Amino acid sequence: MSRIDETFVRLRSRGRKAFVAYIMAGDPDADTTLDLMRGLPAVGVDVIELGMPFTDPMADGPTIQAAGQRALESGMTVDRYLDLVRAFRAQDSTTPIVMMGYYNPIYSRGVDRFVAEAVQAGIDGLIIVDLPPEEDAELCLPARAAGINFIRLATPTTDDRRLPKVLQNTSGFVYYVSITGITGAAAAQATDVGPEVARIKAATDLPVIVGFGITTPEAAETIARVADGCVVGSAIVKEIGAGRPVPEVLARVASLAAGAHRA
Amino acid sequence: MDDALNSYMTGPDEAGRFGIFGGRFVSETLMPLILELEAQYEHAKTDPTFWAEMNDLWTHYVGRPSPLYFAERLTDHLGGAKVYMKRDELNHTGAHKINNVLGQIILARRMGKTRIIAETGAGQHGVATATVCAKFGLKCVVYMGAHDVERQAPNVFRMKLLGAEVIPVTSGRGTLKDAMNDALRDWVTNVRDTFYCIGTVAGPHPYPAMVRDFQSIIGKETKQQMMEREGRLPDTIIAAIGGGSNAMGLFHPFLDDKTVRIIGVEAGGKGVDDRMEHCASLTGGRPGVLHGNRTYLLQDADGQILEGYSISAGLDYPGIGPEHAWLHDVGRAEYVAITDAEALEAFQLCCRLEGIIPALEPSHALAHVMKIAPTLPRDHLIVMNLCGRGDKDIFTVARHLGVTMSV
Repeated sequence: MSRIDETFVRLRSRGRKAFVAYIMAGDPDADTTLDLMRGLPAVGVDVIELGMPFTDPMADGPTIQAAGQRALESGMTVDRYLDLVRAFRAQDSTTPIVMMGYYNPIYSRGVDRFVAEAVQAGIDGLIIVDLPPEEDAELCLPARAAGINFIRLATPTTDDRRLPKVLQNTSGFVYYVSITGITGAAAAQATDVGPEVARIKAATDLPVIVGFGITTPEAAETIARVADGCVVGSAIVKEIGAGRPVPEVLARVASLAAGAHRA
Repeated sequence: MDDALNSYMTGPDEAGRFGIFGGRFVSETLMPLILELEAQYEHAKTDPTFWAEMNDLWTHYVGRPSPLYFAERLTDHLGGAKVYMKRDELNHTGAHKINNVLGQIILARRMGKTRIIAETGAGQHGVATATVCAKFGLKCVVYMGAHDVERQAPNVFRMKLLGAEVIPVTSGRGTLKDAMNDALRDWVTNVRDTFYCIGTVAGPHPYPAMVRDFQSIIGKETKQQMMEREGRLPDTIIAAIGGGSNAMGLFHPFLDDKTVRIIGVEAGGKGVDDRMEHCASLTGGRPGVLHGNRTYLLQDADGQILEGYSISAGLDYPGIGPEHAWLHDVGRAEYVAITDAEALEAFQLCCRLEGIIPALEPSHALAHVMKIAPTLPRDHLIVMNLCGRGDKDIFTVARHLGVTMSV
């Protein structure tokens, strides 16, 4: 069982919904990211989604784009990203880390080399936005073979005919994208999301976590209620981008996590 | 069977691959859309009514076939090979771009889409898209890098006159790559009513194949016209490459004519070296994944995309169509780079010797013709694709020549 599977088993046994927090590695610098990562579990974060910056983040809105830009300017690379994960793992062996990013930095490094390094560093899952099931041979299958969960996005455009293909090689959890659009854009509506999550859950035993467009503790609560948990990214990254000190960012994350955990 | 194995014209495969290049590297939200587009295009491709509509518009709206012109004074000046120009700059809207736009917009109408989005670099694809949208009464939104909005002001005004909304893109360095990112972000947001009209032979499958098929009219006409003029095939064909649509359009019908030498000309900017102030993806890049396809890209050691540089906004793109990447790797086509300075020289020579003001993009192709023609025998036939006219570029050229223009 992967660290992600264990986390969801634990949450389920306690009747709790999952709260997933996204931050960008290297925004504004690697030391701050490590401080944040170390503080997240204590304020209620069940899974850390750690963004790997890319120059051309086509699925992201202005907030995450700017964070990626800051991270690249601060010198974030795949090497340093792996260092961050190792440093975190040295002190925390239970909180799952999911890498979210785009394929080219991984492809450029070489898939086999990257997968081996990711396992060694302690990365538990991958969300690679520009790798749909049609390209599973690229990274999804090698990662799975090495024991890394490949977490697939399901979207409002994923119809019933396509859903089995999307779920086929997915593991860890399913990430339901609540809106058609980019990160940090429109607000997710529980009335739209609920039936969609139910539709996905009818087709898989994996937990379904909802992300995109969740910015407040109240939204985290209402969305988590109709799913197995929720992801908040842009709302947290915005605080980091505004230059707030780590304790203030963590306080904000705590209130968002509390919202999800009330569900 | 042997024919299929020996043909360069059968790609892409079902996964949209040309060898390792191409593919469908898009987010899940877009995946159902490109599968639907592929199905619609596969159907249209063999539908005679689709091609009847295309041919009618090509003839009466675009002005095809474009002439194959013997550049006599240029040939005499260079003193070697006989140089022909495929005059796609005479098309309505002044470039080859409209060949493809017509195909995609007819397809969009068949799919019931009411809103068209496009990215543009030099503005030629944006103008062509705005033009066809005006003709069919469709809403048109064009994404254009803020830097390009500035250096291609006449085309921005043209698009606005044609009723399009032009959105300047400020992310990145504000060029074609960034415009494409924002067009993809728009598409992922407005999936139900919006059709993304890509201007080059790049992006996720089926775009590279579809755009190539629409642009192949250039090569098909060239072949027929050359047979009529000279009674044989050309010996060398040459075209400029940014994303590579005009080149793919000229090259594709000749891929299996083994005697025809095929040369693509990339933008060498200030020189192809490790300063990376160029846009020569094949000459100075390596394989990577961007904008839905695997191809040669300008990138750093960590797989981050570099900006590139060229005097020509239409060539200012860090990638290249995947079919070119494949043709490069299998050796069927050669790819060379031409610098800004060489292109500027060719631009001026073409004006003076032929009375044709070429766009800066084909000026790169012409510059390579100037290099090789003098070394070739007089019975050697070269065709270069004069894919756009230079009216849009006169301000840029004036600035580079140190001329101040007041309007």
